[in-house]
Amino acid sequence: MSEFDVAGAAVQAALDAGARYADARVMHRRYESMSARNGDVEALTQDESLGLGVRALVGSSWGFQAVPELSERAARDAGHRAARIAAASGLVPGPPVDLIGSTPTTGSWSSACEVDPLGVSLSTKGDLLVAATGTMTEHGADLAEGLYQIWDTAKWFVSSEGHRIDQRIRECGAGISATSIGDGETQRRSWPSHRGQYGTTGWELVDSLDLTAHAARMAEESRALLTAPLCPTGETDLILGGEQLALQIHESVGHAIELDRILGWEAAFAGTSWLDLTQLGSLRYGSDLMNITIDPTIPGALGSFGYDDEGSPAVKRDAVRAGRWVGVLAGRDSAAVAGLDYGGSVRADGWARLPMVRMTNVGLEPGPHTLEEIIAATDEGVLMDVNRSWSIDDKRLNFQFGCEIGWEIRNGRRGRMLRNPTYTGIGPLFWRSMDMLSDEIVSWGTPNCGKGQPGQVGHTGHPAAPARFRNVRVGVQA
Amino acid sequence: MTAADDAELDVAGQVVELVTRLAGPGAQAEVLVTRAELALTRFANSAIHQNVAESGMEIQLRVHLAGRTAAGSAHGAVPGGLPALVERVLAMVRFAPTDPAWPGLTPPVPVAASPEWDAATGYAGPDERAALVRAFVDAAGGLETAGYCRTALHATGFANSAGHAAQGYAAEAAMDGIARIGGADGTARHWVDRLADLDGAELGRRAATKARAAADPVELPPGRYPVVLEPAAVADLLENLAWYGFNGKRYAERQSFAEPGVAQLDQAVTLVDDPLGASGLPFDLEGTPARALTLVDAGTTTAVVHDRRSAAESGAESTGHAWAGSATFGPIPRNLRLVPSGTAGAASTKGAGSANATGGGAGAVTDADTAALVSRMGRGLLVSDLWYTRVLEPKRLVVTGLTRNGVWLVEDGQVTRAVRDLRFTESYPRALGPGAVLEVGRRSVRVPDRWDGAWWEAPSLRLASWNFTGGASG
Repeated sequence: MSEFDVAGAAVQAALDAGARYADARVMHRRYESMSARNGDVEALTQDESLGLGVRALVGSSWGFQAVPELSERAARDAGHRAARIAAASGLVPGPPVDLIGSTPTTGSWSSACEVDPLGVSLSTKGDLLVAATGTMTEHGADLAEGLYQIWDTAKWFVSSEGHRIDQRIRECGAGISATSIGDGETQRRSWPSHRGQYGTTGWELVDSLDLTAHAARMAEESRALLTAPLCPTGETDLILGGEQLALQIHESVGHAIELDRILGWEAAFAGTSWLDLTQLGSLRYGSDLMNITIDPTIPGALGSFGYDDEGSPAVKRDAVRAGRWVGVLAGRDSAAVAGLDYGGSVRADGWARLPMVRMTNVGLEPGPHTLEEIIAATDEGVLMDVNRSWSIDDKRLNFQFGCEIGWEIRNGRRGRMLRNPTYTGIGPLFWRSMDMLSDEIVSWGTPNCGKGQPGQVGHTGHPAAPARFRNVRVGVQA
Repeated sequence: MTAADDAELDVAGQVVELVTRLAGPGAQAEVLVTRAELALTRFANSAIHQNVAESGMEIQLRVHLAGRTAAGSAHGAVPGGLPALVERVLAMVRFAPTDPAWPGLTPPVPVAASPEWDAATGYAGPDERAALVRAFVDAAGGLETAGYCRTALHATGFANSAGHAAQGYAAEAAMDGIARIGGADGTARHWVDRLADLDGAELGRRAATKARAAADPVELPPGRYPVVLEPAAVADLLENLAWYGFNGKRYAERQSFAEPGVAQLDQAVTLVDDPLGASGLPFDLEGTPARALTLVDAGTTTAVVHDRRSAAESGAESTGHAWAGSATFGPIPRNLRLVPSGTAGAASTKGAGSANATGGGAGAVTDADTAALVSRMGRGLLVSDLWYTRVLEPKRLVVTGLTRNGVWLVEDGQVTRAVRDLRFTESYPRALGPGAVLEVGRRSVRVPDRWDGAWWEAPSLRLASWNFTGGASG
């Protein structure tokens, strides 16, 4: 049987068992990672996973069953069990469930890939991490770490409405970190970010990062940070580098505009959202410079795909336009509840997990400035970059971020290095204070977005560039 | 699948044989086979909205050959089955960079039988989980509810080419939910090794009582306050101490605060990792037997946990804490309990009535043990739960996060009113340091981790000071 036939058998079995809608995904994922420490390889692993997940809607209740077999018998059994689970859900029923319309599609899509990352020899990949971490050790790092990760995912989707879609998505990325250990504290510097930069791309992305060339500087900066002055405490102008701003977008915009959160579906765990649907289209989220899109079509960005895991085609949409909130991340059922006419942002992290609302690529459109212009225009402030810690409340309002490195800004110039830079604020107040935004956009990849019960790890992309925010509280200390 | 099955052990043995046949007797191989039945029934807006079940089998193989090491796994219906997995890992290991820190295989060693496990829990159906959700929702008295009920069964077999073999079984269930009213949430959660021991109605009642007590909160200025942390909040302390403090790899890298032999915490604090204290697997990913391990004894740090690699680096023995991520992140104690106060006229129920004031915070305290601690706090805060905690500075374990699911002001030993959530920035070892722990409760609650197989067990805790660095308004 083909993968489509297996998925189709599961869907048909769910319908036979009483479902009024069903869909199924066969997913085959190969994963490889290598990590190195202080010039030696620390771990090398290749994992492979293949199975079937089927979702059934009985009445107004959902059920989902995943099985590790691809026989017709196993597929039909999974479909029956999904319907039985859905029927059990009916013991605690909710309001009627509808799905917004979706044109049945037969399609195929693959991400672009110049150099197959699984085809690059292990010795080449190992040599890269060994060399980069060895260089960091030679330049004073107490702990030098390097990591690459590769995912190669094929999936086949069938729905009871007639969808038959297959996709192949290759993702990879890498990064290095140098840690220096002082008296009672540690300081870390990472290139290009702590876990690295990732995209739906081939090994050419890792080559472009040029890890070895940045290794010595990372080590030297981590050691210099041990004796750098502490980030001052108080309110000041804050300039964020693009990598940190990407995570700021992820946490304080991306999650906040997830429709399942807004509807309360994540209330007990991930949380809700401060956003109220009655304000969609009118709420001022940020300054006029704030233009944020939901765009799974960006070539090479980590949150890109051809179709989401409900079969909706990738479409670019506005989330925030000229500072006003205008769009959400949605699926077919949540959109119906909210009275919206689009989904397109539902994904599962494997065959064994339920598809749910996830970020795709959520990020900024470019502004009119450059980082150097922003610094030159700032009389007094702090520049922070590369995330070190992140925390935000369950409504996605009150946040506190720590960065690896900061610099004092005085009279339009970058001054002393600062250690332990942190900043804190309230999402919409912070975004409304953004008065300068660079045009130096990079689509940063976040391969570790946790959500859902059972837990799922999502891969998201965030176009971001350096920006300035006014009167931000910095330097929070224990 | 029953306790009498040797299926997983047989598969593990087959994989070891395949490695030896294809790579020769010089290949060192270790294999863990895990068959799992996992199910989770999730509810929100007082209705079941996600309801999932997964059957799966994963084979994890690690091979060391000619000074090189590689690992691989197969989950589900991977093409080629066992031979393909073995061939893939052997192909990797031949081209892998050298591994000078290879710690060797676990030698044959006796492994205790699994603690008693409950098949009815492991094989529970969706109707049973839905019935518990129904009870939680109904007991909340009309308040909006959300949460989950989950069950899990793991059957494992381990074998390595040094001749060591072991098998184990574990079943567990957990329920975690909130009730909500007017923007205020109350929570209740419980981990058990028998589904029959979960009381959905009791959990729903407790969550609703606390939610009502959390209504109409006021905003307090940030600053240092004495606190009583309830078990769910204490669980966060345990989790961060486990991941970043008692992690043998981080200890070896000098990134941990832990210094064995030093009185680092208050003498009221004793921490034990107790993987067999409930239904759990009796060995780790490397086949090392699991056992109870005291990490802090009356305030003195006594141990950190190790897998074979971190143990070799530290000149120690593995403590049985290898997992899939331990090679990179380090070994983690995942069944950590704060030993409750055994004496201390500390917690009589005498104070319960007075702590449960009739004012704005009535119902904030739902058990006598916490009530006793609250009754002995002059002015401070009662905290139910912590949220989104992240490490700012690893060496001192400085953590930032927020309160969640209920905070109340306590004055003269009485809860006087609900407070809006606060952000904190605190060094956990400092908050638990000598002289800082005023009282440890007597009744522990076992709280589920996000991942099955892990739990945290603690009573409520009264601390001298907690550093709140921001209010609800920033």
